[in-house]
Amino acid sequence: MASDRISVMVTSGSREQLQMAAMVASVGAVSGNDVTVFLSMNALKFFVKDSSEKAPAEGEMGVLLEEKNAPDFMELFGQAVEYGDAKIFPCSMAVDILEIKQDDLEDYVSEPLGLTAFLGDASEGQVWHF
Amino acid sequence: MSERKIVDAKNTFCPGPLMELIGQMKMAEIGDELEILSTDQGSAADIPEWINKVGHEMVETSEKDGVWHIVVKKTK
Repeated sequence: MASDRISVMVTSGSREQLQMAAMVASVGAVSGNDVTVFLSMNALKFFVKDSSEKAPAEGEMGVLLEEKNAPDFMELFGQAVEYGDAKIFPCSMAVDILEIKQDDLEDYVSEPLGLTAFLGDASEGQVWHF
Repeated sequence: MSERKIVDAKNTFCPGPLMELIGQMKMAEIGDELEILSTDQGSAADIPEWINKVGHEMVETSEKDGVWHIVVKKTK
């Protein structure tokens, strides 16, 4: 099976964007690709443990995702790691600005990563941005 | 020792059924058959795609009353 690198940058805090990012990361990872996810800007806060804040829908689709019991994006990111060995990194800048520590984040999130390193990773293969 | 395990993933959407199948595949033995039930037409097309890509064996697929039954054999 061919293995390719897939780099996913996630900056949006909208439910639709987070859902699509989680779908690309999870399906990509379980299909044998080497997946790296970089969480920054408005996306990162949803990965804080015990966060009760829900990602707002930006349109009708986001409302329907919840109503119709689509898989939860947090669960899909977790499955990307568990089933497909994806690596999910918080952006070191966003961690600093939000004043959070790695321990505050979901267990499947790795240590903070800088943009230079992510861009190095992303220099080969597919790059997606949500 | 091939036993067929039913994975009921009805009433969720892509990629939920695929992820449920993979979770069960991890725990299955080589040679086991798993039958995934899905009401999501997208998954009915996507799961066989995944089976072929990853290299397991597609046994059969059928649809009855809006439920797709996809049977896969774990080969590795």
